[in-house]
Amino acid sequence: MSTLEIRDLHVSIETDQGVKPILRGVDLTINSGETHAIMGPNGSGKSTLAYTIAGHPRYTVDSGTITLDGENVLEMSIDERARAGLFLAMQYPVEIPGVTVSNFLRTAKTALDGEAPPLRSWIKELKGSMEALRMDSSFAERNVNEGFSGGEKKRHEIVQLELLKPKIAVLDETDSGLDVDALKIVSEGVNRVKENTGLGVLLITHYTRILRYIQPDFVHVFVDGRVAEEGGPELAERLENEGYDRYLSGSTVG
Amino acid sequence: MTSAPSAAPEAAPLQHAHGPGSPVPVQTRSERFASAQHADFPEVTGRELEWRLTPVASIRDLIDGPLDGSPFPAEVSPAAGVTVEWVGRDDARIGSAGLAEERAAANAWSSSERALVVTLTGEEAITVTVDRTAPDSTPRAAHTIITAKPNARGTVIIDHRGPARLTENVEIIAEQGSDLTVVSLQEWDDEAVHLSSHFGRVERDARLKHVVVSLGGAVVRVNPSVALAGEGADGQLLGLYFADAGQHLEQRVYVHHIAPHTVSRVSYKGALNGEGARTVWVGDVLIGREATGTDSYEENRNLVLSDGTRADSIPNLEIETGEIAGAGHASATGRFDDEHLFYLRARGIDEQEARRLVVLGFLLEIVQRIGNEALEARLLALLEDELAAVEVV
Ligand SMILES: Nc1ncnc2c1ncn2[C@@H]1O[C@H](COP(=O)(O)OP(=O)(O)OP(=O)(O)O)[C@@H](O)[C@H]1O
Ligand SMILES: [Mg+2]
Repeated sequence: MSTLEIRDLHVSIETDQGVKPILRGVDLTINSGETHAIMGPNGSGKSTLAYTIAGHPRYTVDSGTITLDGENVLEMSIDERARAGLFLAMQYPVEIPGVTVSNFLRTAKTALDGEAPPLRSWIKELKGSMEALRMDSSFAERNVNEGFSGGEKKRHEIVQLELLKPKIAVLDETDSGLDVDALKIVSEGVNRVKENTGLGVLLITHYTRILRYIQPDFVHVFVDGRVAEEGGPELAERLENEGYDRYLSGSTVG
Repeated sequence: MTSAPSAAPEAAPLQHAHGPGSPVPVQTRSERFASAQHADFPEVTGRELEWRLTPVASIRDLIDGPLDGSPFPAEVSPAAGVTVEWVGRDDARIGSAGLAEERAAANAWSSSERALVVTLTGEEAITVTVDRTAPDSTPRAAHTIITAKPNARGTVIIDHRGPARLTENVEIIAEQGSDLTVVSLQEWDDEAVHLSSHFGRVERDARLKHVVVSLGGAVVRVNPSVALAGEGADGQLLGLYFADAGQHLEQRVYVHHIAPHTVSRVSYKGALNGEGARTVWVGDVLIGREATGTDSYEENRNLVLSDGTRADSIPNLEIETGEIAGAGHASATGRFDDEHLFYLRARGIDEQEARRLVVLGFLLEIVQRIGNEALEARLLALLEDELAAVEVV
């Protein structure tokens, strides 16, 4: 049982126009096995929250805390966070020239486990996961995300999720750009990992479509850098019908 | 950071085609003065366009000194479909792909007593390795001719080791319909100095893949010129280099599209690490008047791993016909891409390892394009060695 706890988090970024505050007091608690959906308008700071949890150097934490099972996440380096059990499926996965998927995944697995995985079972696991996410085995010898379609990149993120077995995963718009079939395949992948490992999920999305496949326990409405309202799955339906207008009156976005 | 990304066209005056020392600057790359005679070239001052980025003081013996012109040691792996011979200077093949365009190359041309001739004749793709190990640091000259006969296929890997001081010319001819890969691999000892001019000629529907890999040596300057002389000729010029502290690695690439419907791809990548690590890449592409429907692209990318390095990267594109299919160039010199490192580290890979992966990947992109598995594995091992010695920051 793991708990990711975010308390009164304030985050800003350095821009050409000076320091720009983006997160203005975020509170969230995610336990193993739970699925939390975050929905909110463009520019409200969802990806900022995701990157801040993962430790991206562009974001400065001005105040507040993030802990994983009581350990101070903000003091950990990017890779220490991953090794502590945090995972970020990125909205825009990065292409890495010359590094093959198989080399990348094996290196990551080795780093997380502290030792190289036994070759035979690893290859089997890799093949199995790629098959389940309908990625042709030839992807293993291609360079990481290079020339992958948008949907292929997202499926590759979920292959990683399945193989690297984190405690808590942040999925930043993993559903964006997926066709109907891919959406189902990706959702099944996430549900499979949840079932097998008790993964806790923070799912950032603009659409209720994915929430029909991945049932959220909680829905958080994210507006102007903080959680404006929280509720159950029914909140997502209401957002889909009504939009964010009622949260935006009087506040500025972005 | 002292690395200097530069993309300005070279502007220094050139020698005139009608003779050295002429005051008229030559605009076109193909009109550069050429001669087999050392004495035909003026003294090198180090300010010439051709030499201004090279540490000429440390290569004077090769530019002007007497050279040992006896055959440079070479061991060639025997294989079916390849002939290997040493021929005299009167051999008609000498000079068939080009002629020296500067004084050090001319010194080699007039000093070498014999030429090593490697000829591929078979249509079955083969790999031939030419092992060249310098026994000592005697200044030497060499001349090599590599030919793929019509429709022949194969790879010639020239592997350089030892403490050489070598200036040389290499002629490469891909005859009609042939598919030739030539790899010049510089694994020299730390103190070695190597000046090498390659002259390639690619005939009708032939393909030349030319690869320069420079890892070892104090001063290594490999300058490939390739003429796409026959219709449908295809030239791929690849290069990778890794300059450590105090190393000077230079490559001046020239592709001349002479015939119509010719294709060229030039792609060089380098890494620089340590005080005084120095690289030079000049990429000249000339699309001639007759070369309609050609397609060319050249790029050079440098990854800077530490302070105290300098990378010059200078693409030049000259186009003499309006009817081309495509022509482009790119040049970039910079530090690590933070997003690459972040992605890898977000998967648990520590910073050192992530940097190694990124550097290796950056260079392996070229290796992957060579298309020779055994060589790829060897280069991977060499690059890993190169990186193991590096504290990548
Ligand atoms: N480098 C930057 N320079 C200026 N502004 C930035 C920069 N990075 C982020 N921002 C701003 O921070 C705010 C939050 O961005 P963020 O990416 O977190 O939004 P988001 O909620 O994920 O949006 P979306 O739904 O479009 O993905 C936006 O207004 C964005 O323009
Ligand atoms: Mg976003």
